[in-house]
Amino acid sequence: MLKLNVNGTSHDVDVDPATPLLYVLRNDLKLNGAKFGCGLGQCGACTVMVDGKAVFSCLTPAMLVEGREIKTVEGLGTIDAPGPMQKAFIEQQAAQCGYCIAGMMMRAQALLEAKPDAADADIRQALEPNLCRCGTHMRILRAVARARDLMQGKSADNMAPAAATGRG
Amino acid sequence: MKRFWIGVLILIVVCLAGFAVYAWKPAIDPIEPPQRTSFDQALIEKGAVLASVGNCTACHTKPGGKSFAGGLAVPTPFGTIYSTNITPDPKTGIGRWSEAAFSRAMREGVERDGDHLYPAFPFDHFTLVSDEDNKALYAYLMTRHAVESRPPANELTFPLNLRFVLAGWKLLFFHKGAYREDTAQSAEWNRGAYLVEGLGHCGACHTPRNALGAERKGAHLAGGEAEGWDAFALDRSSSAPVPWTHDSLDAYLRQGWHADHGVANGPMAEVTGNLGRLPDSDMSAIATYLISRMSEPTPERAAAAEDIRKKLSIDQGGTPIPASATTGSPTSRGGAIYQAACATCHDGSRPQPFGGIDFHLSSTIAAREPQNAINVVLFGLPATSGRESPIMPGFAATLTDDQVADLLGYLRETYAQKPAWADAKTKIADTRSGKYRVSVGPSDGIERSPDNVGAKD
Ligand code: FES
Ligand code: FES
Repeated sequence: MLKLNVNGTSHDVDVDPATPLLYVLRNDLKLNGAKFGCGLGQCGACTVMVDGKAVFSCLTPAMLVEGREIKTVEGLGTIDAPGPMQKAFIEQQAAQCGYCIAGMMMRAQALLEAKPDAADADIRQALEPNLCRCGTHMRILRAVARARDLMQGKSADNMAPAAATGRG
Repeated sequence: MKRFWIGVLILIVVCLAGFAVYAWKPAIDPIEPPQRTSFDQALIEKGAVLASVGNCTACHTKPGGKSFAGGLAVPTPFGTIYSTNITPDPKTGIGRWSEAAFSRAMREGVERDGDHLYPAFPFDHFTLVSDEDNKALYAYLMTRHAVESRPPANELTFPLNLRFVLAGWKLLFFHKGAYREDTAQSAEWNRGAYLVEGLGHCGACHTPRNALGAERKGAHLAGGEAEGWDAFALDRSSSAPVPWTHDSLDAYLRQGWHADHGVANGPMAEVTGNLGRLPDSDMSAIATYLISRMSEPTPERAAAAEDIRKKLSIDQGGTPIPASATTGSPTSRGGAIYQAACATCHDGSRPQPFGGIDFHLSSTIAAREPQNAINVVLFGLPATSGRESPIMPGFAATLTDDQVADLLGYLRETYAQKPAWADAKTKIADTRSGKYRVSVGPSDGIERSPDNVGAKD
């Protein structure tokens, strides 16, 4: 039995301690935001936060994160009340198939929690480990810049240039 | 008695005067920056290959910056030195350097204006480079894009911030001179020695340094340090579980990995990324020379290597899964972490370089010091931009210091059959906190991704 703290709620899960966190989240806790892409730490689709840092949940044995704070995309907001990161992604329509997006949001969230005024170059660099096979990178970058501005309480008129440039 | 003191005084004055004469180097007159057309194309191309042997770009390019424009911070035990701009910019680069000034810098470590250069620039090796090769290097560098960029001032402690002090260093440790053939050895061996000891400056990282930062003569290629990574021994004390051969070394240096040894990482990735451009004959010569330095493996080492080969051919399924990473002995906790987080790649079916190395073969796990293992576990191996490459995720955010220590202990005992490294824990903490600085780059090293994505040249 493992005790996992996910999105502020404590769960007892009965799994082999070596089970990847991703499987526990999806199969046992029915939190299907994090996706399985490669299972090898190469694509980022499974990215979640542990103690504020972005990790590949596919390569994180559940036993290593007992007692630590796990946050998934479900912890960023709900459909009715999306958080700033989710709002920004919706505003910028930054998804094609959407498979990579939960991972993108979690890595971006970790960056902005550590560095609220991250520059566009920081965002680009931080998201480097996450792949998007649909090629929506430019919109994703804009969405994260927008999320940064939303979190800092900026309105649409004084957004940073990268977020303000039109869609396309 | 008075006469004695006068004598001492005169002696001191004479010595100081002698030192001043030795230390003083004249400026070499600036020239009008030469036209590109004044250099022969074949010479420029030869220079390009030589520049990759010298790995010039690694130090003289700042991540994300323009090639050869300098400004890279090189941390030394004495402070930080910033690499210089060696593009042909007349104001901030070497645009006004004549070939004679360039050759003198290579041969003696002296700037055009007569200032002594710090030995972070490995003139103690470059002194061996032939006039002919210097000519080609000069042609290559003088035909790069001129970039106007002045590197920050060095941050060194007194008295090392005074350049004439370097003349004293040279007096103690520097031997100027061209490469001298060893007639007892083959032409190929001599070619290899010339490249390795001269322009290749392998010893700059792979030889330990003394308190004054000079390579220890008695420990040539016995293993050193570079940018937070241990540069493994290239002499008979090599930690490679399966001894290097001419062919494995040749292939490793050319492609950046070998099935018996794994993937080049850290600053070595830049080196192998560059060496891929060498003609086959030079690559083979380098391997010939280095193998002779490592000398024939002892019968015990050869037998141990045979054992490993046998193990690898049978051992397919891996060891049974230990139960818990939180209870039991450190070794069993480490084993649990290995099985759950590492074995997918390191004990999987994909061959190298895209699959991970079996740790029986790893010099890193068999090495004297844990530093490289710590670096790889915490920071992994970032992907190269724009092409397929080996990659490993870092585990800094997943594993605590204790967990990394347990894992390393398990790997040591299981794969290298050596006791866990005694000082691993402090080193893990210092590496994670950044107190101990480590440079992390992709496996080809050259692109220095992700900073360099979109670099203009
Ligand atoms: S599924 Fe975890 S990184 Fe691809
Ligand atoms: S939107 Fe399809 S993978 Fe990114």
